[in-house]
Amino acid sequence: MKPLRLGKTSINLKPDLLLLELLTILLFLLFMFPFIMVVLNSAKTSREIIFDAIALPASWKQLGVNVGLIFSNPTVDYLGAFIDSIVITVLSLLVISIFSSMAAWILVRNKTLWSTILFMAFVSAMVIPFQVLMYPLVRWMRVIGEFLHFRLLGTVGGIVFAYLGFGSPLSIFIFHGFIKNIPLEIEESATIDGCPKSTIFFRIVFPLLQPIIITVLILNGIWIWNDYLLPLLVLGSNGRVQTIPIAVTAFAGAYLKQWDLILTSTLIAMLPIIVLYIFAQRYIIKGMVEGSIK
Amino acid sequence: MQELSRERTPMKKNSTVNIVFLAPCVLTFIMIIIIPFFFGLYYSVTDWNGVSDDVAFVGLKNFRGLVSSPDFIYSFLITIAYTLINIVFINIVSFILSLIVTSKIRRRNFYRSGFFVPYLIGGIVLGYIWQFILNNILVKIGTTYSIAFLQTSFLSKPNTVIWTMAVVNTWQYAGYIMLIFVAAIQGIPSSLMEAANVDGASYFHRVMHILIPMMANAFTISIFLTLTTSFKQFDMNMTLTNGGPATRFMDAPVKASQLLAMNIFNTATANRMAEAQAKAVVLFIALLIVSLIQVSVNKKKEVEM
Repeated sequence: MKPLRLGKTSINLKPDLLLLELLTILLFLLFMFPFIMVVLNSAKTSREIIFDAIALPASWKQLGVNVGLIFSNPTVDYLGAFIDSIVITVLSLLVISIFSSMAAWILVRNKTLWSTILFMAFVSAMVIPFQVLMYPLVRWMRVIGEFLHFRLLGTVGGIVFAYLGFGSPLSIFIFHGFIKNIPLEIEESATIDGCPKSTIFFRIVFPLLQPIIITVLILNGIWIWNDYLLPLLVLGSNGRVQTIPIAVTAFAGAYLKQWDLILTSTLIAMLPIIVLYIFAQRYIIKGMVEGSIK
Repeated sequence: MQELSRERTPMKKNSTVNIVFLAPCVLTFIMIIIIPFFFGLYYSVTDWNGVSDDVAFVGLKNFRGLVSSPDFIYSFLITIAYTLINIVFINIVSFILSLIVTSKIRRRNFYRSGFFVPYLIGGIVLGYIWQFILNNILVKIGTTYSIAFLQTSFLSKPNTVIWTMAVVNTWQYAGYIMLIFVAAIQGIPSSLMEAANVDGASYFHRVMHILIPMMANAFTISIFLTLTTSFKQFDMNMTLTNGGPATRFMDAPVKASQLLAMNIFNTATANRMAEAQAKAVVLFIALLIVSLIQVSVNKKKEVEM
């Protein structure tokens, strides 16, 4: 794999660089404008916002007050949703990356008709829009839950199970493309040495997958963290387990047009992913590019 | 391979490992996607109401209903319009952004990172943020500085709401598509650009005759990505407009910005489950056609190469 050398090559620009730079700064501010407005208005009271939504806040202390109001809110358990979102995202990413890489490895290394059929099935299923199967899925999950005596609706286990189902096709596809290019020799010599197959995978192959695992984690992580419809259907809009997007809609529904609370809740929802982005920018950009081109 | 008997034992052991390794993904795939998908297809030709367990086959009745439903036809047409606007907007904006961040300006990497940030924010959250920007901030600017066209929100007018949603969607996706374009630009051999430079080709000329043709593949990727994501758009639609405002189509009241996915959702929320399934199947067929076109385009390209 070639590392992306971003910013190293550049097109030779003849137009005035200064003018371009000025234009870019303006464009950049335009892009950042919504974020700036969220931060400014998260530090205002509802009355201040109605009075003047574009002014600077009277006191930044109000931001702390608003955040406190969000986390201590009696109708929406925001802190709980925050923790549940983290738990659901982390667990889903864990099972998706481990199980998909295992499956992809077998599909690459076993050149049989069956592995081709299975791989094609995973790939073509990516065309299916969520809307076709979401309602039958809820009904079906209730049926399996009753059959297994294990609640799938409204539980962390149930939604992680669903995320494994929706996340694995693309992940298997990405792993498949990567594993194809790993030379077989290492695995072969390990087989001759009498190394069992599972050990070969976890000790030799899995560590080699590290760069592509990051891609898989990022692609799935952004989607799962922000996902709304699946949690809504599987967890319900006021179930015991919640996620951040559901909590945000709950705020907007309960405090109609109370922008101080709604905006502060969106600010808290955005913060983790933006902080993560600041630290893992290189990997995220690389992961997004690789994920889209494949 | 089976001619040597001593090889048989490890082969057998291997096939159990194979099954164990494949089982989690394959079983989950069948349970979460395949079975619900076929149920979904089946329910579209039944009278499923989501409550009763008695489901009766009704043939194509649900689909026939869709053809004469102004509400559905409107959603379908507006989704196509929305998708086309997005393709134009996103490609143009992303292309400009990619030219900027591959130019020689200072802090270009900082800008590249910044333009990508909106993509990280989920549709639910950014829908609320933009609702606030459009209904409060812009209206406030309009009244403060007496700018007439800003004084009523773009979200409250049936003829501007789709365009506004496309602008918001462009804001979200442009940075992502920009990254794909940047990768394509950096894949162009620099010798090609330098040669054109020596030949005295103008900047505009180089962009039009070298850059864009060399980026054809990236444009294909971007068009199909935009097409499928716009067609399935739901989250931002719900929190930004929730379908509104009201308008009229074929002599019936319809919701001016209710895209296909939201139409399906609202139909199901009204407990008309079988009808919602029929609409979802139409969405599926539309996406299937798009994917088949994409596959054939890619095949053609491989042949050309």
